[in-house]
Amino acid sequence: MTVRRIPTTRLGSRGAGALRRRLTLGALVLLSLVLITLTFRADEAGPLGGARSTGAAVLKPFAVGLERVAQPFRDAYGWADGLLGARAEAERYRREVRELRQQLIQSEFALREAADLRDLLGYLDGPRFPDDYRAVAAEVIGWPPSTFVRSIVIAAGAKAGVRKDDPVLNADGLVGVVTRVTTGTARVQLLTDPEAAASAIVLPTGARGIVRHGRGTAETFFLDRVRKEDVVRPGDRVVTAGARLGDLGSLYPKGIPIGEVTSVNQTDTDLFQQIQIEPYVDFGSLDAVIVLVPTERRP
Amino acid sequence: MSPAFALRAAGVVLAAALLQTVVVSSLSIAGGAPDLLLVAVVSLGLLRGASAGAVLGFLAGLVVDLLALETLGITSLVLTLAGYWAGRYAETTGRGKRLAPLAAVGVITVLATVFGLLLHVMLGEAVAARETLLGPLPPTLAANLVLALPVHALVRLLVHGREEAEPVAEVELVG
Repeated sequence: MTVRRIPTTRLGSRGAGALRRRLTLGALVLLSLVLITLTFRADEAGPLGGARSTGAAVLKPFAVGLERVAQPFRDAYGWADGLLGARAEAERYRREVRELRQQLIQSEFALREAADLRDLLGYLDGPRFPDDYRAVAAEVIGWPPSTFVRSIVIAAGAKAGVRKDDPVLNADGLVGVVTRVTTGTARVQLLTDPEAAASAIVLPTGARGIVRHGRGTAETFFLDRVRKEDVVRPGDRVVTAGARLGDLGSLYPKGIPIGEVTSVNQTDTDLFQQIQIEPYVDFGSLDAVIVLVPTERRP
Repeated sequence: MSPAFALRAAGVVLAAALLQTVVVSSLSIAGGAPDLLLVAVVSLGLLRGASAGAVLGFLAGLVVDLLALETLGITSLVLTLAGYWAGRYAETTGRGKRLAPLAAVGVITVLATVFGLLLHVMLGEAVAARETLLGPLPPTLAANLVLALPVHALVRLLVHGREEAEPVAEVELVG
């Protein structure tokens, strides 16, 4: 079989058509590279940030509308999916409720004692969750557009008081942190992002470490930098520590639930324990989140 | 590109970008999610050639990056090249092949994922190759292949209307 090249068509590899096509491609690639560079270099408050904010504002009503239409279908899918393991789950929750009721009574006693002792000592504390924050509830209107991105977009922005670095959670626990804000929307970097981390404390032992997402895993976290002499057991709860090192404070207030320890290992060669955590939050089904807006912004 | 086609194609791109960001990306199928927007851009490239594919790919990427508040230009760059390549494929070796959408979507899904990974690595972002390639790629590829022919038929219906596709040819088989 022979192949003959047709020389005159505008779709060929030579001629004015080909030149125009290549110029179009070159211009678009160049424009993309310029946009990438400007986004990295430009200030959020600059012209590009303004253009992005305007674009997001124009598109937001469409996204919110579509989300409202899609939500019942998503709920129906979740309901059908949930039925499969409902019986076993209900029994597990009943057992948990009994245990938690006991813990609640003990915690209330401890809380009262702690409050009295703080008053006696005149103890100065950092921002505390939820007392020092105002909760802004927001609908999730955008999901990661690719597998490289671990962020969501929520329908609350600067107009609702949301600022960069505000912590985000849902009823189950810590979700992430606000990384970009427009007038009406905000981008939330999820805790599953490889670049996200949170200082954490293990309850009840008080061991401290840093929670990171495990690379190459679906939704498993690791508690890093926990000293070998600290006691951590499977089943222990991990919450944010709200640590403050010099002028650098944690983005998260103390006491936000993160997850539960599932395994603890240590080797002779490693300096720290290898602790695996299962997060309380299901990062694949976030419908709504709460942004914690500090009642008093600190410099 | 006629104004009527441009308008219809822009509508398809906007609808696909919205659906991708708000609905499709939230669906987790065996750890991956279909990439409806990529499939739509590939279809537009196949139907209207390389230049139109590149322009529409760029616009699609821009809308997604605006919606997701991501770094502007990254998705545009990936989808520009995807649309262009699909168009060139339709103009050359894929001409007249009924399964061209399937072949183009399959190859471009893999290439776009690898290129996207390289791009994010070059920009200094912490991206795990195993997490993005081995985990989500096979289910995403499978889902995209399932979507390829129906989406292509739908996009053809939406953008062409009564207007016929322009003939695309670069080589001719003579025996």
